[in-house]
Amino acid sequence: MTAHILSWIIFTPLMGAGIVLFVPKSATDWIKWIALTTTGIVTALTCYALTIFQPAQAGFQMVERASWIPQFGVQYLLGTDGISFPMVFLTAIISMIACLASFPHVRVKEGREKEYYFLYLLLETGMLGTFLALDLFLFYVLWEVVLVPMYFLIGIWGGPRREYAAIKFFLYTLAGSLFMLLGILGVYFAAAPHTFDMTQLVGMPRGLLFQQVVFMAFFLGFAIKVPIFPFHTWLPDAHVEAPTPISVILAGVLLKMGTYGFFRFSYPLFPQAAHWFQPAMAVLAVVGIVYGGFVALAQTDFKKMVAYSSVSHMGFVLLGLAALNANGFRGAMLQMFTHGTITGGLFLLVGVLYDRAHSRDLNDFGGLGVKMPAYAGFLTFFALASLGLPGLSGFVSEFLALLGSYQYSKVVTGLSTIGIILAAAYLLYMIQRVLLGKLNLKWAGLTDIKIQEVLTLLPLMVLILGIGIYPRVILDYMIPTLDGLLKAIKV
Amino acid sequence: MNAIESLKYFVPELILLGGAFVALTLDFFLRQKKLVGEFALLVIVLALCLAKAPTQPLPLFFGMFELDAFAHFFRYLALGAVGITILISLGYSPLQKRYTGEFYSLFLFMAFALITVAAANNLLMIFLSIEFVSLLSYLLVGFLKEDPKSKEAAIKYLLFGSVCSGIMLYGMSLLYGATGSLELPVIGNALLGAPFKPLATAAILFFFTGLGFKISMAPFHMWAPDVYEGAPTPVTAFLTVAPKALGFAVLTRVLDMIFWNFQSVWTPVLVILSILTMTIGNITAVSQSNIKRFLAYSSIAQAGYILMGLAAFSHLGRDAVLIYLFAYLMTNLGAFTVVLFVAGETQSDSLDAYAGLSKRSPMAAAMLTIFLLSLAGLPPLAGFIGKYYVFAAAIQGKFIMLTIFAAINSVIAAYYYFRIIRLMYLTPATGPAFAAPSKALTVALWTLFLSVLALGIFPSFFITRILG
Repeated sequence: MTAHILSWIIFTPLMGAGIVLFVPKSATDWIKWIALTTTGIVTALTCYALTIFQPAQAGFQMVERASWIPQFGVQYLLGTDGISFPMVFLTAIISMIACLASFPHVRVKEGREKEYYFLYLLLETGMLGTFLALDLFLFYVLWEVVLVPMYFLIGIWGGPRREYAAIKFFLYTLAGSLFMLLGILGVYFAAAPHTFDMTQLVGMPRGLLFQQVVFMAFFLGFAIKVPIFPFHTWLPDAHVEAPTPISVILAGVLLKMGTYGFFRFSYPLFPQAAHWFQPAMAVLAVVGIVYGGFVALAQTDFKKMVAYSSVSHMGFVLLGLAALNANGFRGAMLQMFTHGTITGGLFLLVGVLYDRAHSRDLNDFGGLGVKMPAYAGFLTFFALASLGLPGLSGFVSEFLALLGSYQYSKVVTGLSTIGIILAAAYLLYMIQRVLLGKLNLKWAGLTDIKIQEVLTLLPLMVLILGIGIYPRVILDYMIPTLDGLLKAIKV
Repeated sequence: MNAIESLKYFVPELILLGGAFVALTLDFFLRQKKLVGEFALLVIVLALCLAKAPTQPLPLFFGMFELDAFAHFFRYLALGAVGITILISLGYSPLQKRYTGEFYSLFLFMAFALITVAAANNLLMIFLSIEFVSLLSYLLVGFLKEDPKSKEAAIKYLLFGSVCSGIMLYGMSLLYGATGSLELPVIGNALLGAPFKPLATAAILFFFTGLGFKISMAPFHMWAPDVYEGAPTPVTAFLTVAPKALGFAVLTRVLDMIFWNFQSVWTPVLVILSILTMTIGNITAVSQSNIKRFLAYSSIAQAGYILMGLAAFSHLGRDAVLIYLFAYLMTNLGAFTVVLFVAGETQSDSLDAYAGLSKRSPMAAAMLTIFLLSLAGLPPLAGFIGKYYVFAAAIQGKFIMLTIFAAINSVIAAYYYFRIIRLMYLTPATGPAFAAPSKALTVALWTLFLSVLALGIFPSFFITRILG
């Protein structure tokens, strides 16, 4: 099993989905527990892989290689390194948590559990595969596999405007990924010999014009996924309409697929184009950070506020990417991880409140700190983590990203710090409106957070606090790979 | 090779021809018309088993036919399409009346005709075999005599088809007049030496007209939606795949054998026609409310994608055409099988009949979803492999504009395919659950469903067999 550990990680959810398919529709408890067990096994397998993983080694590890479509030299090629492994770990944890959060979720009724958990597990296979594939063709296939389940999960179990949100998400991402496919084909035919194999493609020389064109094709695919301003308009719709656990997956994992794409494919394949695009990337990062922050400040819908805060926080990942130096890359990579845990937690907390009040209007609440003291504690914790309180993980990653970008451009860094101030503003303003002030009598009957809901939050809190206090616990896994990448793309 | 010698390589075709006559005769004696259909199915299977791949290209009947790997692939394609069509016809209720026996024997003739189209290597033979297919198609489209829509469709098809054939025949006469031969290789060589460029250009355009009609290429696609809507559903399913595939076969052969030296002339034409075809098909499909019309426009758009492979016309481009046709055949027949099943249960071809299908028949809904996703070209399904191939061929030939148009078109296409999926899964059901599909339909559905999945997940297995 050790030899094929990555395959086991990818295909365990698919097997779970297969089992779910054969359980009768009415046995909802069975279906739920099969799904949770499956995600649990995946997490266990990931933890096992963690023990095999050699943090100090820069190249790909646990590589699995088999021929898939010999006519095109397509391989079933998996492997992991300091960039993908944290993402796989994050995916496994978030998937398990979101699965648990799916249990009580109101809209997972209508007797459609079977469909829900089947699609959910299919989605997990796609996400894990996307992070582990090292063959461009395989990567594209798995990248697309994520789309269809997501369409259904938003479209069937989402909020009132779910159909619009689902198709918007789908078409946006599909448009981006089709251009990425054209880029992939361009890379394939430009390589001698023709290959999709990332391990061989990385070192090959490419002309500057070719790099720029294909970089832009990849950029469209990744930018829509992140999402980078101005391609972000699908995000608020999808996030707001999706059911809570799916919002968690969206924020926690799907957005990272875009920035992961930059680290894994765009930068190593087109280093010169990456340098050429550096100023544009920095500008887009700043626009995202500031614009997302201001829009978040203006929201009255709790979930929409968190959604726009995602745009702002993902901007820091781009900022780190734009810096093209050691600190920037570390910050970006760490921010991908911490944003997944923090925003995932915030979406869970929005869900907790919404399940009880059936409202997300921030102005409608007030004084809930009295009625729900434990909830107030959790919400404050995650809000502080999100606004970058030192001692929690958000601070470390954003600080590193800013440190990196300072070496590149002082103006950009200065403007980006506005985003941190804005984050403090919208998050504290949210806390004020929800938890403090006079209790709105409408909400006098609300009950406090339940143990099951706390269970979904605890692992995230451990990660946030742990990384906040001792960042090397995760940075040690990333740094050798990131430094290797930096050396490889030096022009 | 003379006629007698050729016969031994012509066994599957002879069986089809014999089977067709026997089916006609059986029709007199059998009261249970379904048995005729089952007999026809048996004939197809027998022909499939006896079809052997030629080890080298065989010039049959004094070079009238060229039985090569290419023709042999279309032999399988034609037999598969006809076989599945007969299978789903067995579950088609409007046929359970008087004329059914003839219906099945017409299809056996059709299988014969299709194979001759793919193998024809002589202008006269090409024209005759295409007309054979066309005549049979007119008959099959108008088969439901009492249905005014069906009659109208047949007349429309006949008129449109005759004009296009006439134009193509004129193009052939030009070639004959210029070169004095009807044999493709001879014409090709004659055109090479002489200053015939204007004449060849005219002939190419006339061929595009005649064959463009067959493959529903814009601007010769106008007949398709009306005919597809009016024809009996199994016939529609058949028409969207088999004649189209054979049209591409002839086009490939003609371009390859006669006009290979004039690539600079027809490549830009094909690029423009390809963009036009997919764009018109996709944009018009968005607003359809009848499922058969909807799939008709979608099939026009698909023809546009296949033309990409032809426009590139590299080695990869020709492979792309074959792979795409195979994937498309499986997928589209599958989609029509579900349409036929739903129409049988609801007596309606309207899109509204699909509301809440996931509740009324979860299996049909799931399968139609897979077929539609495959048509949209999403991995890991058959349609993706086809689309991947044509995109690869176009990129390899540096047709960047063409691929960008194709990518945008694919997004539009995804939008309208998802309209159906949305109806099936996101809209509440309007009626009670359906009964399980008949045995014939179940077999057809599962066969097509599994092939669409298998082709997507294990493409290399199919690619080696298709490309030899």
